[in-house]
Amino acid sequence: MSNALPPLEHYIWLSSILFCIGVAGVLIRRNGIVLLMCVELMLNAVNLLFTAFSTHFQDASGQIFVFFVMVVAAAEVAVGLAILVMIYRNTKSVDISLLDNLKH
Amino acid sequence: MEYLFYILSGFTILSAILMISARNPVHSVLYLIVTFFLISGQYLMMNAQFLFIVNLIVYAGAIMVLFLFVLMLLNLNRETEPQKSMKAKLAGVISAGLLLITLLGALIQGQTYRGSLHITDVGLVKNLGMALFTKFVVPFEVSSILFLSAMVGAILVGMRKKEDKEVVSE
Repeated sequence: MSNALPPLEHYIWLSSILFCIGVAGVLIRRNGIVLLMCVELMLNAVNLLFTAFSTHFQDASGQIFVFFVMVVAAAEVAVGLAILVMIYRNTKSVDISLLDNLKH
Repeated sequence: MEYLFYILSGFTILSAILMISARNPVHSVLYLIVTFFLISGQYLMMNAQFLFIVNLIVYAGAIMVLFLFVLMLLNLNRETEPQKSMKAKLAGVISAGLLLITLLGALIQGQTYRGSLHITDVGLVKNLGMALFTKFVVPFEVSSILFLSAMVGAILVGMRKKEDKEVVSE
């Protein structure tokens, strides 16, 4: 096939790199909203891998699963942002390092 | 067509790195939108047309607008952005790099998939719809209940309590 895609391996590499960038973002940022965005990036890396495997095995189940991941991500963002707005209302900041009450 | 994948991948990784390193959270959101557009390009290359359009509408459209809206509602910008110390940042990057090495090492040791992918039509709206409403109809209905509960939960969490309202009105 002349318009063949790259091997599945390369998709796995790309997804792993994107996932690790998301992990690095969670570890180096303190803004709660940016942390949620990094989680979204990690979910997207997994979605890409699901789609690549679905194409590889020519099975629609993987792409259906991506659809459900998107549903859960949308629900997670709605609740997470509501919680962050409440945190902002109480502490006047979205800095997650202020939320250390369990430490004391 | 294969080279298109590598160009898209390069820009995806670049914009993802820019997103986690941008000081201004609004810039982070914009770089993440660019990342999502590029990932949508990958879906289009794999002929996953339904996911391509849903990724654009739901992720790049709805979810990122929600993020941007909250950021602007709270008036967050470069000045109010909390920063971690250089040492903590370095430790975070090294930890994530070690995770990457572990994942790639497991990949190299394990089963490899060297054969190139072939474009299929399982990602067309018709085929996905058939699978969604026959084999996966129960999870589909359950996810609608999840959505409803998330909506109710978000409103409930975001609501001001009665005593707070009185304080504000005073």
